[in-house]
Amino acid sequence: MSADSPLMKEPDATAGPATAGGELIRLEEVTKRFGTNTVLDRLDFSVDAGKHVTLIGPSGSGKTTILRLLMTLTKPDEGTITVDGEPLFPAPEKQVREVRKKIGMVFQQFNLFPNMSVLRNLTEAPVQVLGMSKDEAEARARELLELVGLADKCDARPTMLSGGQQQRVAIARALAMRPRVLLLDEVTSALDPELVAGVLDLLRDIARSTDITMLCVTHEMNFARDISDQVLMFDSGRVIESGPPEQIFGDPEQERTREFLSAVL
Amino acid sequence: MNWDWNAVGDFMPDLWHGLLVTLQALALGSLLSFSLGLLWTLLMRAPSRWVRWPVGVVTEFVRNTPLLVQLFFLFYVLPEWGVTFSALSTGVFAIGLHYSTYTMQVYRAGIEAVPVGQWEAATALNLPRRRTWTAVILPQAIRRVIPALGNYVISMLKDTPLLMVITVLEMLGRARLFSQEHFQFTEPLTVIGVAFILISYLASLLLRALERRLVR
Repeated sequence: MSADSPLMKEPDATAGPATAGGELIRLEEVTKRFGTNTVLDRLDFSVDAGKHVTLIGPSGSGKTTILRLLMTLTKPDEGTITVDGEPLFPAPEKQVREVRKKIGMVFQQFNLFPNMSVLRNLTEAPVQVLGMSKDEAEARARELLELVGLADKCDARPTMLSGGQQQRVAIARALAMRPRVLLLDEVTSALDPELVAGVLDLLRDIARSTDITMLCVTHEMNFARDISDQVLMFDSGRVIESGPPEQIFGDPEQERTREFLSAVL
Repeated sequence: MNWDWNAVGDFMPDLWHGLLVTLQALALGSLLSFSLGLLWTLLMRAPSRWVRWPVGVVTEFVRNTPLLVQLFFLFYVLPEWGVTFSALSTGVFAIGLHYSTYTMQVYRAGIEAVPVGQWEAATALNLPRRRTWTAVILPQAIRRVIPALGNYVISMLKDTPLLMVITVLEMLGRARLFSQEHFQFTEPLTVIGVAFILISYLASLLLRALERRLVR
């Protein structure tokens, strides 16, 4: 796998990856149904490396499903998905495992492992999947915990932390795998209002200081406006409008987009 | 009816021998039922139905036939096929196997109670399947099921007297032997009754301590 090398880069390294600006993610003609309900309808879209793309739209419009397809938590019924030129679907399991190394995800409900310390949440996968030594993984985990402002919580159990702290650990855990793509699935929706800002600030920092490609499903429109290079408006499983945030938020073309934005802003 | 403390004293050495056998059967039977039960649960989740189907049939069969019948079968029929074990080993195996068909259901419930988000996080981190089981799912599942497993330990304890029918001299066997020799029934039977209560109580204390240590 020649494409492994960018993985080994520090997330805060400033040098661009070999494929900077090139296409990193491509979905072609992707259809996903749950029963008789078509969630995604022959969807085409692509994301360039290093870009921050936000998916907005009413609930049930298929935004989260796209993230879950990319993380291989669910499979499309039709279509193809490629990441960095390599097929993710359809693809044999071995290939999926390789491609999946490039992708990290942060969940709405954090999904930290409650049976492990905070530190071990961050070291488990680097040791088991990337073959890092325990010492190296721990040193990196401590750096990342410092980055997210939780250096003093190494030995705590996740359940002892507040929601905001748990989500910051979850972000650090995803970064510990040095992904090229970070999928953020409504990461502040489960948080108490006063904890949202801390998590969003952290994500802004990461967006600014790294070249990680971000795909974000969010209801925080200010955050979306702030970090996005591109905003995609979803409705009924299709992208009905896309463009830079100034355009989507300032002067949307579609009546449906206008309706949605006036309802959430 | 007269209570004879001397008979109690005379019975003590016999009780001690019986007690050791009962505890051995209980400890080994529990271990076997815990490990076999886990094995069945995992096999029942195998992708191939050529694995799931036989395991399902066998465990269903074992669960729905009496332990007593299984004991007789293993002790008297297996030797005809050239398979012989000591009476105690046969007893431990029968109890362990029988109860494994119950513990497998406990494990299954425990595994299903682990939130789906844990599996998804493991996938997102690309953890190998095996590691997901051993490091993420099972530690959480087993913590949840310790109280239920504990109930089966008590249940197994109460089934150990069945081993008497295959010549294992556990507490009841010792009490019966003593009664037949001394024509005193009240004292040995009362003593082993009390012993059963004490073992149950100690076992439940032990399990509660284990639960406190593991469930955090």
